[in-house]
Amino acid sequence: MSRLFQFVRQWKPIIKEGFSQSFLIAKFLCLLHVTNTHVCTPVLVYGPSMLPTLNLTGDVVLVEHLSQKFGKVGPRHVVVVRSPENPRKTVTKRIVAVEGESVTFLVEPALSDRSHTVVVPRGHVWIQGDNIYSSRDSRQFGPVPYGLILGKAFWRVWPPDGFGSL
Amino acid sequence: MGTRNFLWNSAKKFFTIGLIGLTVSDRYFSIVPVRGYSMSPTFNPQISSYTGSLTDDRVLVEKFCLEKYKFSCGDVVVFCSPSNHREMHIKRITALPGDWISTPHSYDAIVVPKGHCWVEGDNSVFSLDSRSFGPIPLGLVHGRVTHIVWPPQRVGKVDKRIPQEHLPF
Repeated sequence: MSRLFQFVRQWKPIIKEGFSQSFLIAKFLCLLHVTNTHVCTPVLVYGPSMLPTLNLTGDVVLVEHLSQKFGKVGPRHVVVVRSPENPRKTVTKRIVAVEGESVTFLVEPALSDRSHTVVVPRGHVWIQGDNIYSSRDSRQFGPVPYGLILGKAFWRVWPPDGFGSL
Repeated sequence: MGTRNFLWNSAKKFFTIGLIGLTVSDRYFSIVPVRGYSMSPTFNPQISSYTGSLTDDRVLVEKFCLEKYKFSCGDVVVFCSPSNHREMHIKRITALPGDWISTPHSYDAIVVPKGHCWVEGDNSVFSLDSRSFGPIPLGLVHGRVTHIVWPPQRVGKVDKRIPQEHLPF
């Protein structure tokens, strides 16, 4: 019995130290989560739909979330949105029109000159890729609810020769 | 000097508690009040003239479903309204992508598109749901309701069932 007490007395400070270090790590992870979800996070974007603004092989951009929370995301902003066709995917496009505005777009730009006009409903935005020939956007899946916007891309971090604001 | 130290320590404690609380409520569980009667009798069964927030039901919302966005028919979910991103609604999913749903008051039937779901309130008379704003993208869903935690006499699991007249064909 006394051997047990001796054992506990020996290990108590080490266990306490272990708990306090784990708590510190947990606090740091919480801070990381809150910053990435609510303030600013780097995102790797790739694909041809935003040429020439963003490269085909991948750019790292900083995406900030505060503008979306205050409703300040608007036309000509490059945004990262959760895809309406697959909620596990995120896509990066540019906002072309907001609620109430009417959009005229070419239905098939490579094949014909036929165009279509749509009024963006309340609470939605119309997103299009800068490269209209190779982009799957609101012309295919319609206007996107504002709640799907994750954040506004405002600064490119990688590649280094593209460092700067978008 | 001692007061400044005390204030600084309290501020740090509040900041830490805030961070941990925000992380837990974003990733694991949160408790939200249910306003309105669109989900009677599942939530807020008594339509009371005293619309105080103390009498509203409080439910436990789990966020583990947001990892894979895998929902089943009959789940009650919390989602961001498609017409106003500042509002959140609680309704039941009655159809998943690929299901056919019959629109009310007409003989049309529509198929729920890929990545979307059809939501309806249990109390069809009082409920503003997919019958007015159409199917919603699954990306707008912010969590699934699993249990009622207030008032104490109705604490329990929320059933995953759909009223018979809402069955899609």
